[in-house]
Amino acid sequence: MKIGVLCLQGAFLEHEKMLVSLGAEVKEIRTLAHLTDDLDGIVLPGGESTAQGKLLREEGLLLPLKEKIENGLPAFGTCAGMILLAGKLLDDDTVHLGVLNAVVKRNAYGRQLASFKIDADFKGVGKVPMTFIRAPYFESVGKGVEVLSKVDGNIVAVRQNNILATSFHPELTNDLSVHKYFLDMVKARG
Amino acid sequence: MAREEINRNLAQMLKGGVIMDVTTPEQAKIAERAGACAVMALERIPADIRAAGGVSRMSDPKMIKGIQQAVTIPVMAKCRIGHIAEAQILQAIDIDYIDESEVLSPADDVYHIDKTKFDVPFVCGARDLGEAFRRIAEGASMIRTKGEPGTGDVVQAVKHMRLMMSQIRKITSMSEDELYEEAKNLRVPYDLVKYVHENGKLPVVNFAAGGVATPADAALMMQLGAEGVFVGSGIFKSDDPEKRARAIVKAVTHYNDPKILAEISEDLGEAMVGINEQEISLLMAERGK
Repeated sequence: MKIGVLCLQGAFLEHEKMLVSLGAEVKEIRTLAHLTDDLDGIVLPGGESTAQGKLLREEGLLLPLKEKIENGLPAFGTCAGMILLAGKLLDDDTVHLGVLNAVVKRNAYGRQLASFKIDADFKGVGKVPMTFIRAPYFESVGKGVEVLSKVDGNIVAVRQNNILATSFHPELTNDLSVHKYFLDMVKARG
Repeated sequence: MAREEINRNLAQMLKGGVIMDVTTPEQAKIAERAGACAVMALERIPADIRAAGGVSRMSDPKMIKGIQQAVTIPVMAKCRIGHIAEAQILQAIDIDYIDESEVLSPADDVYHIDKTKFDVPFVCGARDLGEAFRRIAEGASMIRTKGEPGTGDVVQAVKHMRLMMSQIRKITSMSEDELYEEAKNLRVPYDLVKYVHENGKLPVVNFAAGGVATPADAALMMQLGAEGVFVGSGIFKSDDPEKRARAIVKAVTHYNDPKILAEISEDLGEAMVGINEQEISLLMAERGK
């Protein structure tokens, strides 16, 4: 299983470590040439979505990646990655990949002093540790989007067919279960 | 402990990115548009602090708030070394990161701030592993090289990063019973030495800072082991700040790809003029050890 990890900016090494420990092969994606047809899935890491979105465009990665995900390539975005996937951002006209039928509120909890850590239920997995860093959440989700987790009434994890998105960072914990969930999605697609 | 971890986590999100010094909301917007992963709000960039001389202090909170309103990326601000009250003020305006910085005039020539007493994260400068460990022990959630700010001369940042990395390699290769003596020599807690021995890296993110002026400088620091780059005077003291800012952001992503580095280094206009270490009378890196 070969998983691409978008390595433009942010905490991509943390994802790579988790994927490798689950037996996946990892490929770093920095330019269009890296986005090959042999990828079985792609991970969009946490970081700053404005920086990542700008680099996605400059590298000419935005449309080819969007097309791949629309054609069924399993994608997993955490925090900034979730913002890149979103179909719409609240109070913001920017759309990056726009493949996920949901509205995302950026910096939804506030600045760093509002960042927090909590254990909460993740559908089909059970309790998982969740780290929220200047995190976004889903303001609303549209058709075909399954809510996987809510914290304090806010939607923080969803799945839409081949797309998984979380506003928290499983890659910052020692818990592999959300990554395993994603790799199971990749396997099921076969 | 939970706060400490969450604060280290924010630094992880900044990795592979560029943190830019800005003095106005307009500059902050340019930086954000160019792909900065955070901005440092301050009244005067280091090169101008040097030129102005005198005592340099925390920026006006109103000015910092203006920048917080202008951008959605994290906003950092500097307080003087050891100035607990300035740090409290910055925390009160909900700053994302405090830089306890040698760029400003030190307020305390012995003690740094006990950063464990704060909820907000701190980044601190270091010239070697001992300084880095001491700052981490005091509660810093992120480290950067001191370099020599406001000079456009990368030599000090290179020296500090190389020294830290070689000290880390040395500890990694030591036998366990040698670690106690090393902790004593460095004047640091044993646990931190042990962490580096086992992990081959600092327990917090380590950026380069102080003298980065070109995309090549940024790539050099990344190749030497930096996890990201601060650029202070290098951007807004140059001919075409936006273009240079974009190029430096790209250089940090593609630091190992000379072909891309060649492309983005083209036609950037004049870099900041720069001053050599020998030409300056004030060595900021000597502040706070």
